[in-house]
Order: sequence, then structure tokens, then C-alpha cells
Amino acid sequence: MGKIKDVDLVEIDDGVKMIPGANAVLGPLNKIVNWGRAGSIWPMTFGLACCAIEMMDAGASTNDLDRFGIIFRASPRQADCMIVAGTLTKKMAPVLRRVYDQMPEPRYVLAMGSCACSGGVFDTYSVTQGVDTIVPVDVYIPGCPPRPEALIEGLLKLQKKIMGEEFRWSQWR
Amino acid sequence: MTRPISKTINVPVADGDGDRYTLRMGPQHPATHGVLRVDLELDGETILKCTPHVGYLHRGFEKLAEHRTYAQSLILTDRLDYIAAMSNNVGYCVAVEKLLGVSCPMRAKYIRTIVGEMSRLCSHLLWLATHALDIGAMTVFLYCFREREILLDLFEKLCGARLTFSYTRIGGVRQDVTADFMSELQRFVDIFPSKVSDYETLIDTNRIWLKRTVGIGVLSADEALSLGLTGACLRGSGVDYDIRKHRPYDAYDQVDFEVPIGADGDIYARYRCRMEEMLQSNKILQQCIDQLPPGPIFNDDAPDLVMPMQGERKIEADTTTYGSGLIKFIDEHGSHPVGDVYVSTEVPKGELGFYFISDGSGHPYRMHIRSPSFIHIGAIPYLAEGGFIADLIANIGTLDVVLGECDR
Amino acid sequence: MESMEIAKRLQAQFPDEVLDAYEHQGQRAVIVSGEKIVDILRWLRDDSLMDFKHLMSLCAVDNIKRMEDGLLRFEIVYNLYSINKKHSIRIRAQVREADHSIDTVTTLWTGADWLERECYDLMGITFIGHPDMRRILLPDDWEGHPLRKEYPLKGKEEWIGLTKIIEKAEELRQYSFGYKKPKESTKSSESSELTDKQGND
Repeated sequence: MGKIKDVDLVEIDDGVKMIPGANAVLGPLNKIVNWGRAGSIWPMTFGLACCAIEMMDAGASTNDLDRFGIIFRASPRQADCMIVAGTLTKKMAPVLRRVYDQMPEPRYVLAMGSCACSGGVFDTYSVTQGVDTIVPVDVYIPGCPPRPEALIEGLLKLQKKIMGEEFRWSQWR
Repeated sequence: MTRPISKTINVPVADGDGDRYTLRMGPQHPATHGVLRVDLELDGETILKCTPHVGYLHRGFEKLAEHRTYAQSLILTDRLDYIAAMSNNVGYCVAVEKLLGVSCPMRAKYIRTIVGEMSRLCSHLLWLATHALDIGAMTVFLYCFREREILLDLFEKLCGARLTFSYTRIGGVRQDVTADFMSELQRFVDIFPSKVSDYETLIDTNRIWLKRTVGIGVLSADEALSLGLTGACLRGSGVDYDIRKHRPYDAYDQVDFEVPIGADGDIYARYRCRMEEMLQSNKILQQCIDQLPPGPIFNDDAPDLVMPMQGERKIEADTTTYGSGLIKFIDEHGSHPVGDVYVSTEVPKGELGFYFISDGSGHPYRMHIRSPSFIHIGAIPYLAEGGFIADLIANIGTLDVVLGECDR
Repeated sequence: MESMEIAKRLQAQFPDEVLDAYEHQGQRAVIVSGEKIVDILRWLRDDSLMDFKHLMSLCAVDNIKRMEDGLLRFEIVYNLYSINKKHSIRIRAQVREADHSIDTVTTLWTGADWLERECYDLMGITFIGHPDMRRILLPDDWEGHPLRKEYPLKGKEEWIGLTKIIEKAEELRQYSFGYKKPKESTKSSESSELTDKQGND
């Protein structure tokens, strides 16, 4: 084992090396953890309004989110990320926060649609102007409602973000 | 005070309160079709008391409409029943045309009938998909989404949007149909009846489906009328009330179709009604394709819509309220008749009514939306109390509710 | 039945109650005082010539900015339809000025329950005899009635429930990943950048 320096390591990715012959990979733990996380985002369906229909469509047969390792979970306790799809009213805001608090770390939030991003057309007495007043948001997806392709783009952006994280495995609470 | 037609509960109640418990379903629950919360008081599996709570999607449509012009409020109606947004567009435009006394050319009426029926198919397909999924038939979900996707592509071809269209206009429609669109619609109309029979082979005589639907959620005709149910929920109980026949709008008096009526008033009867309605819609589509007259698609003298040229209008920038500059402009230039109208149309969920009061200015004095889902959700206790908790899911599914329309 | 025939019969039946009747765009409406609204609607529903079995809609209207004489502050509008006879009528009942209340019609139509609750919630009209007079669309501790004309579009003051949840979100922010405690006497953004670098090391 001490002779590992003598072996010619093959670089398979930026900073990740493989030992030829042995079925082993050397690399920073950050990369490996992030790779695992980004490849299996399990979003919680927080369908509120119109955007929820497009979210369903993204998961159904035509667009098939399963191929990115994305499987919808109905329970917040089994989810990594929350897709807030639709208008968040003030009456719903405490529920959103409670569901968010139930999710285990690491957790991410996607704001899908204009209403979730900024309140959209509903600048009225009963609508919160964006979910970021209640929970921290990682990715904003504009559109009213965004097409399924836009949702996929947003999820890919989230994957990119996860891949760039450092030490998230060590500091989580 | 007792409820007039509440059902008697004929289950043995266990001694003491130890066996009773309260369960809160929602507002974040996959089977409630949106953000509906139902508080249940249970004795084992039996529901003793059921209290639905709505308002988790209340966005203040009626207040917002008072601060916008008639044309500006059109986009709000997309977000009412987002599964069949085109029906809402049509309903809104028909109501405003009645209020302002604007006519609509015949070709536009036919196009509206086409898109209205297409969105009826969309809505019924989504209803069947989710209703069957709730009860436990997964395959139907994938089948229905396949056909729904064809319809959404057609809508996209027509107006560029998949869900929120804003396609109709007060006094016509926005764009004319293309020959390409018509030929694709014809192809869809040709294959659709065979697809419906596909769904029927899957669940029509399926033993599990029959066990879950026959004799569950029974409503008599009087009960359904007293509860204010409309659409397939009322017709499933044997009341012949379809606004397309009773107060025809658009081109419904030009086409020939039947209104399917159920007899038993249970979930299965409502299911059969909607399946028949899909075939009837297909028939209407075929007739509209054949009869579509040539001509203009927009009424030239429709007020409030034909915006004056940029140089002519002087709109001051005002950021306090939506388009208040535009409202001011229209208030000064437009003169609308004073009065009130109530106009309802037959949308897939039931009777969608708009009650408008105009005080002569450019925006409505009051707009009230009579949404079928709001009234249907109010009927859930009458269907669910005394039944099993599993049947509650079937009952919510059969009422075909959308929370965006319910809460407004 | 003929257009104004229904209004005339209604006037004959309740001469003291009917204030006015008119027709607009082919739709007829009757303005009545709200004192005997249940009797009027029961007669309309049960009379064999009227037969208005279907309550199409029920909503409240704020008349404060409306330029019509003889109207009180609020009115409730009932749209009725007869499925058998295929005729419709609109009843506009004036709400008592003193306490903004009117009798409930849930005894006639069970479905009016939620519609009346909506009127109570958004317009603040109390229905006497209603089984469950609570807010329906807005939270229970909401202040004000949004559809009244004096209520601004964006609301008067923030709902207490939302302020609480925003405070809670602010408080819980310190437990989230990557949170750095702000220094108490930070002069400018330079110092915070310094702490960032230290944290990364």
C-alpha cells in the first residue's frame, strides 16, 4: 500500500484519479459526495397552482425526469429539494415553512413560476411577493407557467450548483 | 342547527371516546388535487365528521379585477381553472360581450366552440387520469397523458402557450386557425373514439373499479340541486341541465349533440357521464370542422380592446397600481353601458358564472365569479360522512375540483 | 314565462317588499328590501309557476361608490334559474344598515352555506341563522374585509401570521449551511470579505 506513489495514476476527471488495474478511484471527498447528491435529487412536490400541472407533465411519460435520477416524493422527510410550483398565499406560508423545516439537510428550494419568484401578476392583499421571504431559494425558474423543459433546465442548474459545493458533508447539522 | 340532508350514520360507535381520533389531511397532500385541507373525525376507518378548509390559494381575483380594465382581467381567468383555461377565457369573454353589448363574428364563435370542447377533453382526460390513479389504476394515467399531450401541442400550435392561453378576446379571438391546425385536429378527432374505448376496456368492467365506484357517494337529484352541484355531478344524478342546451352561447345552437344523463347518482354514474361527454365533445369538434364558416375573426368596433396608436394615447407612468394609466385613459375615452349581467357557461367542471356590475367606467365595478369547484367542495361532507376514509379520496376525485378555481 | 311577468307576480305577492324592477341586456332583476328575503325566495322556489329550484349564484355588493338612488350600503344578489321552465331572475336584496345582517337562505338551499360564508369573509355581512359563520378563504385572525371599497388592493397592514413566520425564518437562518454570523460593528463590506476568507481556510 505504501507504494501507491509509484503507480501511474490516470486522471479521469478534474482532480479525480483512477488506479489502473485496481477497481479504485482517488479523489476529494467533496467531489464524490456532490456527485452522489447531484445524481439523485429527490424533489418534494409542493404543487400549489398552475405550475404543478407542468411539473406533473415534466415527470410524466413525455419528459421523464427519472432519467436524471429525479423521483418525486410526497413526504418532506425523504426529500432533498422542494419545488415550490405556484402562487404562495399568505395563508399557505406557514405550511410551506413547516414543510421546509421537516426536510433534512442538505436541502434546496426551487421557485418555479413567476408567482413563486416574485408574486407574479397577483400583487394583492393575500399573496406573498415571492417565496424567498419565507425560505431561502437556490434556483428561480421564470415563466407563467414555465414549460417542462424550463423546469428541467432549472434542475440541471441545481445539479451544477451542488457539484460546486465544498465541505457540505462536514458542517451539516 | 342540523344539516337538512345530511346522511344518517349507521355505524356502531365504540364505547367511550378512546377510539375516536382526528386526522388532518392536507393542505400538502398528493391526493387532494391541490391545496385542500380536510379535517376528519374518525372512528376507525369510518368518517364521523368531515370539514373541508379552503382558501390556501386565495389570490384576490375579484378585488384585482376591480383595479383592471375588462381586457386586462382576461389573463386572470387563465389562472382560475388552469386545467381547462380556454373554457374560462370563453366564459369570461361571453360574459363581457353581454355586458358591453358587443357582438362576435360567426367564425370566431365556431373557433371558440372548438377550443372550448378541446379544453373539455383536456380536463376530462386529466380528471380520468388522476381519479383512476387515486383509486389505484396506474396505467390509465399514462394513457390519458398521452392523448392530453396531443391536445396541448395543438393548443400550442394555435396560440403559443400550453396552459395559460388568453386566446379569446372580447369580440372575437386573437388568431385565425391555420389549415395545418385543422388537419391535425381532424386526425385527432378520427383517432380519439378508439382511445376512449381503450380506457373503457381498462376500467369499465374492472372488478376493483366497480367495487370502488358503484354505490359510493350517492346523491339524489334533489340533494344535488339543493347543494348547487352542476355539470356532470348534477347530470349523474339524473337532472337534465346543460347550459350549452339551456342557454346556448357561441355556436352550440348550430351543432347537434346529446347530453348524457346518469340515473344512479353514484361515482360510477358520474364517471359514465363524463366518458360519454368526451365522445359527444368529439362529435361537436367534427361538426365544427365541417361547418367552420369563412369571415372575420374579430369584431372591429369592440371597445376597450383596439388600443389607440402610440402617439395618440398619453399614458402617464404610474407604478402604484396595475395599468392605472391605462384605466384612466379608458375611463376618459370609453363609455360603457351601466348595468349588471350574470352570464354562465358550461365549463368541464360545471357552471362557471360571471356576475358583472358596470358603472360606466373602463373597469368593472364588481366582478363575482361563481366557480363550480367552490360549491362542489362544499358538498364533500355530504358525500363523505358515514363512509370510509378510502372513499373520501374517490369522492374528491369524482367531484372534479380544481383549487385555483375554488379559492380564486 | 314572459320577461317582466315574473317581476309583476312577485310584486303582487310581496307589494311592500319589492322596491324596483328593471331589465338590462335581456336579463330581469328585482330590487327588494332584505327583511323578508327568505319568504320571497321560498315562494320563488316552491311556487309551481316560478319553480326556481337552482340557485346559480349568491354574492355581496358594496354600493358605496355606485350612483344609484335608494340603495343601501350593501346588497346580496341572488341569481335564480328554473331548470324545468327555463327562465331566470335576479333578486337584489338590500342588507340592513344597522348591523349589516340579513337572514340566511341555507334553509332553502344547502349549497348556500359556503357562498354566505364567503360573503361574510370578504364583505363582512352577517347571516342570521347560519350554522357555521366563520371566515372561509382568509385566515381566521385576518383583519378587515377585502372586497369593501375602502379596503386597498394590497391590504392595510401585514397579517400577523405572516410577520410571525418571517421572524421565525430570520431566526432559523443562522442554522442553515454556509451561514456566517455578521460582525456587530462592521464598517463596510471589506471586513465581511475578510471573514469569508478566514472561514474558507
